[in-house]
Amino acid sequence: MVAFNDILINIIQGAIPLAIIFLFGCVGEILTEKSGNLNLGLPGVMCFGAVGGVLGCVLYMKTIYQLWPIDVSEPVITFVTVLSYICLLLFAIIFACVFGAISGLIFSFLTTTLKANQNITGLALTTFGGGFADFVVPLITPKEEEKALLAKAAKILKFSLPYDRTAVGIWGDSFLNQSILVVIGFAIAIVAFVIINKTRVGLSLRSVGENPATADAAGINTNAYRYGATLIGCAIAGLGGLFYVVKINGWENSATLQGFGWMVLALVIFAVWNPLIAIVGSLVFGALWVSPQSGISTNTAAGKDLLKITPYVVTVVVLVITSIVGKKSVLPPGSLGINYFREER
Amino acid sequence: MKKETQKQISIRFENVSKFFGPVKANENISFDIYQGEILSLLGENGSGKTTLMNMLSGIYFPDEGKIYINGEHVTIASPKDAFDLKIGMVHQHFKLIDVFTCLENIVLGIEDKEKANKSKARKIVKEICDKYGFEINLNKKVYDLSVSEKQTLEIIKVLYREANILILDEPTAVLTPVEIKRLFAVLNNMRKDGKTIIIITHKLNEVMEISDRVAILRKGQYIDTVLTSKTNESQLTEMMVGKKTVLNIDRSEPKDVEDRLIVNGLTYVNGEGIKVLDDVNFTAKSGEILGIAGIAGSGQRELLEAIAGLNPKAKGDIVFFRPKKNLPVSFYHKTYREVVKLASEGKFHYDNGSPVSFEGMRPFQIKSLVNNGDVLFNENEVMNLREKSPLQIRELGVRLSFVPEDRLGMGLVGNMDLIDNMMLRSYRKGKGTLLNRKNPENLAGAIVNELEVVTPNLHTPVRKLSGGNVQKVLVGREIASAPKVLMAAYPVRGLDINSSYLIYNLLDKQKREGTAVIFVGEDLDVLLALCDRILVMCEGQVSGIVDARTTTKEEVGLLMTSKKEAEGGK
Repeated sequence: MVAFNDILINIIQGAIPLAIIFLFGCVGEILTEKSGNLNLGLPGVMCFGAVGGVLGCVLYMKTIYQLWPIDVSEPVITFVTVLSYICLLLFAIIFACVFGAISGLIFSFLTTTLKANQNITGLALTTFGGGFADFVVPLITPKEEEKALLAKAAKILKFSLPYDRTAVGIWGDSFLNQSILVVIGFAIAIVAFVIINKTRVGLSLRSVGENPATADAAGINTNAYRYGATLIGCAIAGLGGLFYVVKINGWENSATLQGFGWMVLALVIFAVWNPLIAIVGSLVFGALWVSPQSGISTNTAAGKDLLKITPYVVTVVVLVITSIVGKKSVLPPGSLGINYFREER
Repeated sequence: MKKETQKQISIRFENVSKFFGPVKANENISFDIYQGEILSLLGENGSGKTTLMNMLSGIYFPDEGKIYINGEHVTIASPKDAFDLKIGMVHQHFKLIDVFTCLENIVLGIEDKEKANKSKARKIVKEICDKYGFEINLNKKVYDLSVSEKQTLEIIKVLYREANILILDEPTAVLTPVEIKRLFAVLNNMRKDGKTIIIITHKLNEVMEISDRVAILRKGQYIDTVLTSKTNESQLTEMMVGKKTVLNIDRSEPKDVEDRLIVNGLTYVNGEGIKVLDDVNFTAKSGEILGIAGIAGSGQRELLEAIAGLNPKAKGDIVFFRPKKNLPVSFYHKTYREVVKLASEGKFHYDNGSPVSFEGMRPFQIKSLVNNGDVLFNENEVMNLREKSPLQIRELGVRLSFVPEDRLGMGLVGNMDLIDNMMLRSYRKGKGTLLNRKNPENLAGAIVNELEVVTPNLHTPVRKLSGGNVQKVLVGREIASAPKVLMAAYPVRGLDINSSYLIYNLLDKQKREGTAVIFVGEDLDVLLALCDRILVMCEGQVSGIVDARTTTKEEVGLLMTSKKEAEGGK
């Protein structure tokens, strides 16, 4: 029997990294959906991001790391190591974002420019993204040598910001001993909330998602907003893919990440398209996901599986509640999933 | 009114054309609009009024021709360009975002940072409201607004962008008379302010009341512009429809009148506990048109739906007399066993009038007699349609057609083409697994030809047709099944004069063919001219049934507002 405290700390430590994968994906998808694009290709987008992340990490390890190495087991803070660390961060983030955005570009081009059906495009993108990752990642890391480099980069990316371990205690440690990407994740969620709800750009974005004909008549370039929101959203979702690579220290196959992608689509509904609720939601989903491994005694394997499906059950409950409440503020954007063509009669 | 020559030209169209596929929505349109006038753009449905104005507001881009604003040749490629030229349009279907507040809707899309600032916007909007006499609560969400408030918001939105040219698409269609008066007062204020106002409409009395000049379009072509003060309604109608429309509806005398449908004690309490139908009794007879008059929402819709089997909770009897008298018995709706049973009850007779008795006959003899058509019914068949679904009603062989008020919601499927919409009525016919598309295709073709439906082809989704054409398709389909009872709710709503008359004539033709027609209308003149009897409803009750040939508008109007007084008439 594991002590209750230990279980809780296990859950916190396990849930936060997982939550960040969800959060990146969720915030990205919320941004996309606020423009009226329902990108069901999110699992694929995250796979694209993971490919970008792997590529960025490997490139860094083969170039800059050779010049400015960082000791993984006992990092020392010097000018060179900090510079090297920042380079890795930039490499990983930029590559993941660009790859995510490329998949977003595919989606936008098909749906916004060519007016293809969004659901079908999204599902195609999911399949394509998974296959693309499973095909390309082994090409980038063909041998054990590269895989080791990737694992090393992942370990470096897991470094937390420096803090006094002794001062915060075991509870504080479980919260604070997290990658800087976790901080970035929370920051992006908050920034996204402010932009969507408090700025002029956000107002225009929401209007495009609610009623593009109206937005268009008001002089807003609907295509630009849909492209922009989808590209930025997919770039952010791509970071989720990167963080997945960091979390498992490399790459196995796309199946788990795709599973996370579907979970994120449920999470968007759970969060009723609000990035702040997405923070809470991602932590809840993360906790529910890791709890089977945390030492909670479940007598049977079925018990663990039951715990794993709770996020979906929670999503269904949220859908039921929001549908019953029926307030317009908790409903999806009005034209979600519908393409807009001005001269349509 | 000032003299024309003193006025500056605000907008000039020069040979403007717009095509949607093979349909010429606008063709070679050239005319001028002066500054500081109210111009009515008059035309029938589908004459291209809205299309022309949409080109001015940047929704559509002209295929040919030039547009000049204040003497300068301009290219209006998007709504934003239109705003920059100070052109604002209030669309017929409001372009507002439901989940935003009024204020958010006003500042939406404005690029000027000063003007997009909400607190500053609040101040400017207040000034506009004071100037023109609007009232609006800026913090209300749009979904809480009434239709007239939404329109006010739309106008404020346009004025907030400092528009000098204001286009209003059918602004009075959704307003009450009081609200129309208020709107016209506002428009007059704006005219005094030197703004150019264009009103798209097909209501002649409003044209005469508000506008300085009238520009007339017909079938995408520009006809003429006339001074309102120097014209009259009949001249405008003539220009609008091209030929003098006979304003008399042909009404044939009813013949072979017999009871077709008896509604007895029909009562319906809706989900909110309101008695929408209260003990409705009437008889619809074959070969006549029964009009139903009443203030909107007096239960007309529920009544028709109850008869059509769409209101299973309605109580009361709906008795249908299936015309069978002296018609041959068939095995189509009756099983062999039923036929034998009915014969033993003495319900049939032979051609020569002698009663039928199958006693002592063998089944094959009976079958051949029936199949030869030698066995005839004595009387009409009586069946109660209460608590029957539309499908059950059809399976009973009751030919009941219903042209609902909500054409694209209940009548047709907008995204499906003409042929598929025909199949909604006939998809259960035929034996094979695969659908037979040949007959529906022929039917659709026949309807397009006979009713002059304007459509690029039979494979066009009906959603893309104009309102009148949609209605023609729907009525055409319902009539094609040779109904014994034809119910039509507001069949001419939103239709132009020519299309309306076409529908009236179709209804009259059905009547002549022996159908019992039930026509729900709102225009009393039409009801008096078209129907044989008029049933007047008031708050769910039948307040009277009157003879349409002898009654007066006043009498019907009185019945519409008075609950249960006279149960007279025929």
